[in-house]
Parts: sequence; structure tokens; C-alpha cells
Amino acid sequence: MSTHIQINKVHKTFSADGREVVALSDINLEINQGEFICLLGPSGCGKSTLLNAVAGFSLPTTGSILVNGGPVLQPGPDRGMVFQEYALFPWMTVAENVSFGLEIKKMPKVQIREKVGALLEMLNLQDFRDRYPKDLSGGMRQRVAIARVLALDSPILLMDEPFGALDSLTRRNLQDELLRIWTEFKKTIIFVTHSIEESIYLADRIVVMTYRPGTIKKIVSVGMQRPRDPSSVDFNNLKKELSLLVMEEQSRHNQEEILTSTGD
Amino acid sequence: MKNPLQEKIIGKLQGFLVPIALLALWQWLSTMAIVNPQILPAPTAVLAKWWEYLLPYEAFDPAKSSYLVWMFSGELIHDSYASLYRVVVGFMVGAALALPLGLLMGASDRIYKLFNPLIQVFRPIPPIAFIPLSILWFGLGNPPAIFLIVIGAFFPILMNTIAGVRHVDSIYIRAARSLGASQTTLFLRVMLPAATPYILTGARIGVGTAFIVVIVAEMIAVNNGLGYRILEAREFFWSDKIIAGMFTIGLLGLAIDTGMNRLNNHLLKWHRGIESK
Repeated sequence: MSTHIQINKVHKTFSADGREVVALSDINLEINQGEFICLLGPSGCGKSTLLNAVAGFSLPTTGSILVNGGPVLQPGPDRGMVFQEYALFPWMTVAENVSFGLEIKKMPKVQIREKVGALLEMLNLQDFRDRYPKDLSGGMRQRVAIARVLALDSPILLMDEPFGALDSLTRRNLQDELLRIWTEFKKTIIFVTHSIEESIYLADRIVVMTYRPGTIKKIVSVGMQRPRDPSSVDFNNLKKELSLLVMEEQSRHNQEEILTSTGD
Repeated sequence: MKNPLQEKIIGKLQGFLVPIALLALWQWLSTMAIVNPQILPAPTAVLAKWWEYLLPYEAFDPAKSSYLVWMFSGELIHDSYASLYRVVVGFMVGAALALPLGLLMGASDRIYKLFNPLIQVFRPIPPIAFIPLSILWFGLGNPPAIFLIVIGAFFPILMNTIAGVRHVDSIYIRAARSLGASQTTLFLRVMLPAATPYILTGARIGVGTAFIVVIVAEMIAVNNGLGYRILEAREFFWSDKIIAGMFTIGLLGLAIDTGMNRLNNHLLKWHRGIESK
């Protein structure tokens, strides 16, 4: 396996209300071709910041992020992004949303039709191609967002808590679908989540992050065979182990919130 | 038990209760001669006048014009046409100026800073206040009236377009950029459609203002149109004609607003909350 994404000594600071906040500190991570990585941690641990840095939306203050050996300087279609808020264009129909990236690429119309048709079929969206996003449920919208990214054939998928707003059944459904897509298309995936169970269900490796400054607390390899059974002993042992790690960070988060609300 | 259709009809009828009661009261006041008909003519008199105003004033003469031309030769139709023409031309020119400037100001901070102070100074001046200057510059007739309507339509469309472009949710921009959109694509396919709800609201306010301005402008700068006609009627104490003219102005305004609403719903069929209307 070859290295696909290389994150070297990444630091990121923000200034908020005149205070310097260290969002990421000394992040080093090598992600292999075709690997499924979950970034796990409480909110405010910088996992989304790290994802946005890989996406090229906000670059690191120091350090570097290399994709296939080249530095990330801006967003691009080689790294498809799926947002928690779906970010579908509400003025475009389902088919238009999925076609948009291909139109930007100036793919011929006939080919776009064909490709979009196949993708909608694959994600069970063929009956909704001429609907607007407002007419779709959350799960459906996220399918469209995934189809939109798959249309571009991006080798990398960046997913920012994509299933966070969905009910648990829809969520499991989409997780299975994502795993199917991942196996079929051999994508490299970075998946941000705060759900421990979700990360064990999906990932090859789970990167647990600390709360402020965001650092890597531990990297856990999940050896279990897929499909994984959330009721199995191995699954639950790992869940316990990860819970302890995450709870430590969560309580630091809570303490800090108490401090900032009573202090100053 | 009432079925839904019955309920619907009853609901519609309820809406007519108050207007009919008022009309009856008005008619009663006039026929009992409680109020002077010069001050407030009876509704029937107003309706008769409106009908007379609508009909051609000469008898049909096949030698002079075709039947269709004759049908539409009434004073009311000419006046309505004149007023509408001014509103449409003025609104179009106003929109054609406001839209590109608004898009530029919304998209670029530099252009915004260049133009904003000037606009803040001119915006609070009511279009009506431009009447003396417009007559000095353009004389009488259509040009000053249209100039005033342009000003009336310009500012609402401009302000809403700026706001619309500035309020585009950044997530759409991020999504488009990660799909590889260039600046031009981003502007035309993302920012412009995202701003349309604001722009259309501006257009609707702009048409409303244009319609107010046209009536005032006609009272001062031209000698036809609905605004001119009701002012002229006052000189002859034709209160029935004044009310008939006002009624027509109301109908036209309603028609314009309904048209804009239809256009809105058509262009924004993707927008949340439209279906409730």
C-alpha cells in the first residue's frame, strides 16, 4: 500500500475575540491508498478543522499536507467533500446537482446523462431525479450529496459528520451503502464523527483526537472483519476502550466550558 | 355535516360580507340624500361612470377604424395603457441599471466601498422629490415621468440584490469550490440563483414603488394616464369619475402584484415555503 495523504507537523491557530486559540497542534498522520480513516473526538477537538485543511478550505498555519506527494493549496475535485448539512444546491434538481461537477469539467452532455443516470440508479435515486432537494428527506439528500461527489471520480472522499443529522436506521443504511461504495471504488476516505460506534463500524483506523489543543491522542487499528457486528464482544471491548479515551476529552471540554462561562 | 366544497364556498362568501355591507351602507347614505352626491356619489353612479369611461366615446364608424380598434378606444383603456407603459418602461430601465450594479456591489467589497456612500446619500430622497428637477431636465411628457419611475424602481432592486449576494450561505460556495467551480461559474450558477429570492423581493417592492410614482408623476408632468385623469376630474367636481379612476388604479395594482407573485412562484419553485402560498 502506498501513502496517499501525508499530514506533517500541522499546526493551526485561530484568533477569536483577540485570543489565540490553538486548534491543531503537531498533527502527523500518514493515510494509505484506499484506507478508511475516522477522526473521532468531542466537538471542539479540531477534527473538522483538520478535515477542512485537507479539503483546502483553510490551510494550516505551519506544517504541510501532501496528497500524492503534492501540497494542498486550495479545494479541488480530487478531494470530494460531503457536508453534514448536505450543501445541495436547492435551485437545482437532484440530477442537476449530480451533474454540476461534470459540467464544470466540461464533460460532453451525453456522457453526463449516462453517468448521472447510473449513479442515481446505484444510490436508489432514479425516481427523484427531477425533484428539488426541499422535497427529499435528510437521508435522501445525503445520498444525492454522495452521488454528486462520486460523479467526479475523486480518489479521496472527505466526510464531515455526514450522517450526524440522520435517524439511526437511515444512518445504518447509509453506512452500509458507504462501505459498499468504498469497496467498489477503492476510495481513500477521511470520515469525521463523534459517534464511537460509527467509527468502529466503518474505519480501518480510528484517530482519537484531544480537546484544545487538537492533537492525536491515539490511533486505533480496527482489525475486525466486515460487516462488523455491533453486538459482538470484540466490538464492545473496543467501544469501551474508546469510550474511556473520548470521555477524558469530553470532561476536559465540559470543564473548560464551565470555566469560560463563570470566569473572565 | 358540511362537505369540504360547501365549507369552501361558505369561506369565500364570508370574505364578501363586509364589503357588501359597506356598499349597502354607502348606497343607502346616497339614496337617502344624507350625504351630498357631489361629495360622495352612490356606488351605482360610480359604476355607471366607470362603464361610460370604459366605453368608446364615438359611435362605431367602419370607415374610420376596425371594430377591435374602436372597442379599445375608450378613455379608460387609453389611460390605463399610458400608465402601464410608463411603469413597465421605467421599471425595466431601473432594473437594468440596478441589477448589474447590485451584483457587482454584492460580490466585490471594493466596488461596494466605492459606490455605497453615494447610494446612502441618494436612497433616502423620495422619488417624488425629484419631480421639479425632472421637469427642469426633461420638460413635460413621458421622459420626466419615466425618469421618476426609474428612480423609484432602482433603489429597492439595488439594495435587495446587494443583500442577496452578500447573504449567500458560505456552504454553497464551499461545495461549489470543492466541485472545481471557477469564479465565473461560482457567480453565475451559485451566487446568482442563491440571491434570486432577495432580488425578486426587490423587484416586487420596485414595481410597487413604480406604481405609486407613476400616479404622482401623471398628476404633475403629463396630460394623460390614470393619475392625470383623476386630477382632471376634480377640476370638474366629477367625484364619480375620481372614484372610478381610483378603483381602476387599484385593479391595475392588484393585477401587477398578482403577476409578480406568479413570476415569483415560478422562478422560486425550488424554494422552501413557497408551496404554502
